[in-house]
Amino acid sequence: MGELYLFNRIQKPGYRGTLAEYAAEGGYAALRKALAMTPEEVVAIVKDSGLRGRGGAGFPTGFKWTFMPKPNDPRARYLAVNADESEPGTCKDRILMERDPHFVLEGILISAYAIRAKAAYIYIRGEYRASKIAMDSAIAEARAAGIINEKIMAPGLGAEVPLLAYTHVGAGAYICGEETALMESLEGKRGQPRPKPPFPANFGLWGMPTTVNNIETLANVPPIITKGVAWYQTMGTKPSPGNFLCGVSGDVNKPGVYELPLGIPIKSIINDVAGGVWKGRALKGIIPGGSSSGFLPKSIVDGGIAMDHDSLKNQGSFIGTASVVVFDETRCIVRAVKILCQFYHHETCGQCTQCREGCAWLDQIICRIENGDGREDDITTLLALCDGMRGKTICALSDAAAIPVQLALQHFRAEFEEHIRSKRCPLGNPKMEFHTDGRHSHDHLHNTQTVHTDVLTLHGIENPEAGRYRETMRHPS
Amino acid sequence: MSGGLPIPKPAAAAPNVKDPRACFSKETIARFDAQVKQYPTTRSALIPILHYAQEEKGWISRETIEMVAVYLKLAPIQVWEVATFYPMFHLQPVGRHVAWVCRNISCDLRGCNEIIDAFHKKCGVAPGQTTADGKLTLRLAECLGGCAQAPVMDIDGTYYENLTPEQVGSILDRLK
Ligand SMILES: Cc1cc2nc3c(=O)[nH]c(=O)nc-3n(C[C@H](O)[C@H](O)[C@H](O)COP(=O)(O)O)c2cc1C
Ligand code: SF4
Ligand code: FES
Repeated sequence: MGELYLFNRIQKPGYRGTLAEYAAEGGYAALRKALAMTPEEVVAIVKDSGLRGRGGAGFPTGFKWTFMPKPNDPRARYLAVNADESEPGTCKDRILMERDPHFVLEGILISAYAIRAKAAYIYIRGEYRASKIAMDSAIAEARAAGIINEKIMAPGLGAEVPLLAYTHVGAGAYICGEETALMESLEGKRGQPRPKPPFPANFGLWGMPTTVNNIETLANVPPIITKGVAWYQTMGTKPSPGNFLCGVSGDVNKPGVYELPLGIPIKSIINDVAGGVWKGRALKGIIPGGSSSGFLPKSIVDGGIAMDHDSLKNQGSFIGTASVVVFDETRCIVRAVKILCQFYHHETCGQCTQCREGCAWLDQIICRIENGDGREDDITTLLALCDGMRGKTICALSDAAAIPVQLALQHFRAEFEEHIRSKRCPLGNPKMEFHTDGRHSHDHLHNTQTVHTDVLTLHGIENPEAGRYRETMRHPS
Repeated sequence: MSGGLPIPKPAAAAPNVKDPRACFSKETIARFDAQVKQYPTTRSALIPILHYAQEEKGWISRETIEMVAVYLKLAPIQVWEVATFYPMFHLQPVGRHVAWVCRNISCDLRGCNEIIDAFHKKCGVAPGQTTADGKLTLRLAECLGGCAQAPVMDIDGTYYENLTPEQVGSILDRLK
């Protein structure tokens, strides 16, 4: 499958990603090469390469870096590295951090130099303890070897620059992957996204100019610096160059994370790379790029749709994290939508009415349809709700919650109607088990939503309304 | 409302915390001190510090909130609002071990419900509950980032992937 430049070392048996091993593979040569240039030259190369962000939005990376202030601006600048990876279906950044941490670190340091950052902060989701340990020990090794420090000689500038990286951990909130929520969280606050403008390049971490980039995005930087723009563009397509890490999960024979060129047909990812749909079954549909990218049916996959930014956008979806979840013919789409709606309901930060209420309503209505209690006008209500949630909120989580419902209704509407009409799953899936243990309610998951009562109790006030919100969210049973 | 975690009750009277250094072990305080040095503001260290505090105490009590607030020179509410926002912080006592089983889409396709049932069979807990002997609390997690190795479970920060219901018993037996 073409040349690998992200997983080439990880694939070697016995490679553990220590500094000695990484250096033996030519590691940190790209950093030396970059330090011999000016930061602006590095930015220009990355811009010319056409590299696009792998965190979800697909924004051109070099172009993003040019939004940072001019070199003579006296303010401190920061690089925030997004390792919050929590989009359902996505499991790629973790592999890079755990198994080749110096590679990730080199990309971070080059990028920090390019934007003249005072320091880089790597925001790792709280559950990724192994990633944090790997990154911390890589940072310690790099510090001991004199690769990172307060003052590192940069021949390209004829001056010493700070090259510093720190890890920071989250604590289980998906919304902290959104770039401004990530900054709030790094500042020790609730992860509630900030309205934009001001944009991070002007007002970011601690009010200073900041760039936010994903781990996989930054891992593309060292090879681009070493091998050049022309080499980079031999992979992928013109508008979406390079390789990407593709997590394939769900009903396939060989689930895994694979390095593939952008523009590869999704059908080929399923059949050639991941060994085809399991148990000899037929394909029903996919999630093409993490939960927020919604559902696409078999017909579109068979039609040869490619994994790149433009192809998916044309289908009302988007590339997102480029992580495919595969559903075989026996799966119930209503159930799948329900799981995602519960997820977004749990993860909304609650600032915007459209998102807070919309996520709760979507969850309740889908649950009732799935449970055989759907009403005739539920589909109309769902569509109206989704409409009200699109493009109207502080961050894109609201859109991310609505897209799966919209696409599922667009492509699998008959299945929803059949659930409502026959008051059960037409595929013969049993009624969801609403055990009294509350497995499928949110009680056991919710700390966030009860803050108003908690605040009162902190001040010693007993609140008669305590727990009311939880009650109203319980699914009909 | 069985299965849900109770809303934490306030302590009878506000503990009068003067010296947080006396309330945590030397090692934990050293971790606090090192963490604060990383950032231009001390408040930024709050989430990592709550993790360290929880590792020592097992959960985040009202006293812990106030001690951390004194340590970071924050109002208690600034600590409390953060502790309540992030699901990884336990606001009530939990078992000696906490098992998080992913319930999201890829794990659902690959049988996370059988894993949850296996917990029930093995030690009688449903999500949100703690075993009678205080050994284990079972909680449901959203996507843990191991979708290609589903189903996934995280016990005390260690990931168990490609899980089968049969493995649950032996994993639990190995925990003290
Ligand atoms: C709700 C939400 C969650 C997000 N989660 C992540 C995440 O976990 N990891 C990530 O890299 N980007 C995530 N993003 C995208 C970031 O906001 C941002 O676009 C990205 O980190 C920029 O990096 P890139 O340009 O390198 O892709 C999320 C966005 C939204 C709206
Ligand atoms: S859209 Fe949702 S998650 Fe985003 S800021 Fe608004 S309420 Fe919070
Ligand atoms: S869905 Fe379970 S780990 Fe991602």
